Amino acid sequence: MSSGGDASLDPLQPLGTLEPLEPLEAVPLVARGRREWVQTISDAWHLRRTKIGFVMFIVLLAIALFGRFVAPYSPTEFVGPPFSLPASAYWLGTDFLGRDVLTRVLYGGLTVFVLGIAATVIGIVLGVSLGLISGYARRWLDESIMRMLDVVLAFPSIVLAMLFVSILGPRLWLIVLMVGISHMPRIARVTRAATVELAARDFVRAAAALGVPRRKILFYEVLPNISSPLLVEFGLRLTYSIIMIAALSFIGFGMQPPSADWGLMINENRIAITIQPWAVVAPVLLIAALTISTNLIADGLARAMMGIDRDTAVT
Amino acid sequence: MSEPRADIVLSVTDLRIVLDPSGIDIDDDVSFAIHQGEVLGLVGESASGKTTAATSLLAYQRRGAKISEGRVDIADTEVLSASRSALRRVRGGLISYVPQDASAALNPALRIGDQLMEILNEHAFGAGGAERATRLKQMMDEVLLPNDRAFLRRYPHQLSGGQQQRVAIAMAFANRPKLIVLDEPTTALDVTTQAHVLDTVRDLTRLYGVSALYVTHDLAVVACLADRIAVMYAGRLVEIGPKEDLFVGAFHPYTRRLLAAIPDITGERALHGIPGWAPRPGQRVAGCAFTPRCDWRVDKCASDFPPAEGSDDDHQVRCWRWQEVRDKAPVAEGQLRVRAEALCKTDEKTVVSVRDVTAFYQSKEILHGVDATLCQHRCLALVGESGSGKTTLARCIAGLHQFKITGTVEFQGKALARESRGRSRDERQAIQYIFQSPYSSLNPRKTIRQLLAQPIDIFFKLDRDGREERMVRVLDQVALDASLLNRYPEQLSGGERQRIAIARALAAEPTVLICDEVTSWLDVSVQAAIIELLAQLQRETGVAMLFVTHNLALIRSVAQEVAVMSEGRIVELGLVDAVLEDPQADYTKLLLADTPTLPAECRI
Repeated sequence: MSSGGDASLDPLQPLGTLEPLEPLEAVPLVARGRREWVQTISDAWHLRRTKIGFVMFIVLLAIALFGRFVAPYSPTEFVGPPFSLPASAYWLGTDFLGRDVLTRVLYGGLTVFVLGIAATVIGIVLGVSLGLISGYARRWLDESIMRMLDVVLAFPSIVLAMLFVSILGPRLWLIVLMVGISHMPRIARVTRAATVELAARDFVRAAAALGVPRRKILFYEVLPNISSPLLVEFGLRLTYSIIMIAALSFIGFGMQPPSADWGLMINENRIAITIQPWAVVAPVLLIAALTISTNLIADGLARAMMGIDRDTAVT
Repeated sequence: MSEPRADIVLSVTDLRIVLDPSGIDIDDDVSFAIHQGEVLGLVGESASGKTTAATSLLAYQRRGAKISEGRVDIADTEVLSASRSALRRVRGGLISYVPQDASAALNPALRIGDQLMEILNEHAFGAGGAERATRLKQMMDEVLLPNDRAFLRRYPHQLSGGQQQRVAIAMAFANRPKLIVLDEPTTALDVTTQAHVLDTVRDLTRLYGVSALYVTHDLAVVACLADRIAVMYAGRLVEIGPKEDLFVGAFHPYTRRLLAAIPDITGERALHGIPGWAPRPGQRVAGCAFTPRCDWRVDKCASDFPPAEGSDDDHQVRCWRWQEVRDKAPVAEGQLRVRAEALCKTDEKTVVSVRDVTAFYQSKEILHGVDATLCQHRCLALVGESGSGKTTLARCIAGLHQFKITGTVEFQGKALARESRGRSRDERQAIQYIFQSPYSSLNPRKTIRQLLAQPIDIFFKLDRDGREERMVRVLDQVALDASLLNRYPEQLSGGERQRIAIARALAAEPTVLICDEVTSWLDVSVQAAIIELLAQLQRETGVAMLFVTHNLALIRSVAQEVAVMSEGRIVELGLVDAVLEDPQADYTKLLLADTPTLPAECRI
């Protein structure tokens, strides 16, 4: 570049003799974050609902994980007459056998968390695999997979789980698997829709034209581009997993007595809801808070993914 | 800018438009005037703020943008401060708007007759129903559409793209406004349709003495339509003047470079791109935004934006050195291109030959028995309007066509499988395909390094260093810096992305390079640079190239041979110069006549 006074113009330089242009890095183009899902999470974090949901989730997780260490009694210890109202020895009263409700509440969350997350992961793995294959293959394979999933979808998920649990007995792995399978069709549909759209993009065609194997196209070209909707789906499905695990325990197909479990507690103590409500209300409130927290996070992620940066008023 | 004259229809003063929450300027310091019956062409590249400025004349802003300063006077009405009800009278009455995409602007659920009548009713045209019905028929005549009942009862989807745009134009002229804003109304149309629509607009403005603001990125389009031209760059008006002055003696370096970047269908002028790209809102510097790309820059340019100056009121420019540019700028001296002497010589090897290829889309036949050959060291341009089958043919060769094909596609004498999956590794390597849109052909989740590694890893067994070295080499071939390797496509401009796509194809060291409309998503100045690059690569590497385009004006700069396609057939085949200067097929003649070009006197 020519140098010198600014007022007087420098002598003319002919075209092409100027030094190469300075790299335009001084003004970077608007760039999103490294990875789509990282960006989605950071956008979601700016929403109040995500923060509230996250804080609630962490508090509940802490109760479930560490509650047992501060619990005053053992979960199977009899501390007073059945259905005693709250007193200084037992803050939330006692249950139908005279065990401390507070202790059982502090012990009973871990199963909900572990089983809920495990079931959701299974559902995501199965659903995403089938959705990717289905959306990319199209034609007969697509049809077969989707119709098969429609059959699964046709069963109310709780009935499907009850069917297998009643045949094979209440085993934890079976409950987790059945809840996961009941999520599979919905996750597969979301994945398939996103895959179909992406499969028509030129970069997927370009990879196919280079001879990249299908498996690699699905994992390295398609999957990274649908990470955001999958993240949202994970949050949403986690909510349903928790509800279902709790529901299965409630109707007696999940955790078996004498385990401490929120769902089971509701069932055991519901007969005395008018006499000693806390034995039912405490686990109900915790399950409700947990589902609300995961739902808030999922909703925050969904808003971030759609580019909505406000908590209220969609578009 | 100019002295007030009696016949000024529109005057815009110091308009400033900003992005709403951030306050970043989209347009700044925009002032111009339009006189009675005059057509002003507002020219700019993408993101230069031209559409934003144009819609602000109707006091309309898209979401997220806000008019923060300035005034807009149409006749005696100040538009920006007008009340809601006053605006309703102004819009469609005093000033009307023709959108870029008429198919999206017409209500798909209303019959076109009803939509046209609606605007007459809304503005209480004439005395009553009978007069309006007459006017409706007259409007249809004006835009050369049938005015019978059956046609008026059609829905927008039952019309072609050109007809839809005519309906939108009829709607704009309905209440005989003072001023019409046309926002790239022909961008989505084929050249033939575009020529007809442009004729209609010109005739109507002359007939009624209506003034018009014609917004476009294509100088060749306004060359045949506008009286004066305003050039926008990075949200500022850099030059405004009578068309003739601007084309023969532009004062601003940007205008000059822009003119040199326009492909020239008739002449012998070589194409010159502008390095770099136009800054988007938020990336603009304090001074003249063209500074980083300008050959004439001085220190002052980067810090201070020059005032409007000019030879007279009519021709104004914003450049510190406009006098020097005017007097001394080299008139891009006749850099002549090399003319191709003959068709494929016998000693040159045929690399791809297409014999009697018929291709289907689902069950519909879209290519009818096409024959073509491509020789080593040659570039064959495949030209045609949309739907002519040119991309289908290119995809058949590349193995990307997903439906039935009959006939044979041969590579070096060996028949190729229909899909790339069925082809050998060597065949896949030999034929590389560059896609139309660089926004869709690069995986947004991969870095440039990962993108370029893909073909190298598949086709060559290289160690880490060897691979890195090859990446740097192909980036160098497309005039990009190796520092881009860690970037993501989103961090690059459109032109840079297309260069990456070209580099990815080159990394495979192909024998045949297929370029499918590779510049149609790019700005004129960037397009010229890409064309220069491709022509140079083709000369240097000797790769056989198939260049698919809808733009006849481009092919001289890059191709030696041309095949003109229409409705799934090749209607003319020959040397580029011969075909362009002496077309034989009627279709080629028509296409040539309809392609907008710069007036002869401005062939700088």
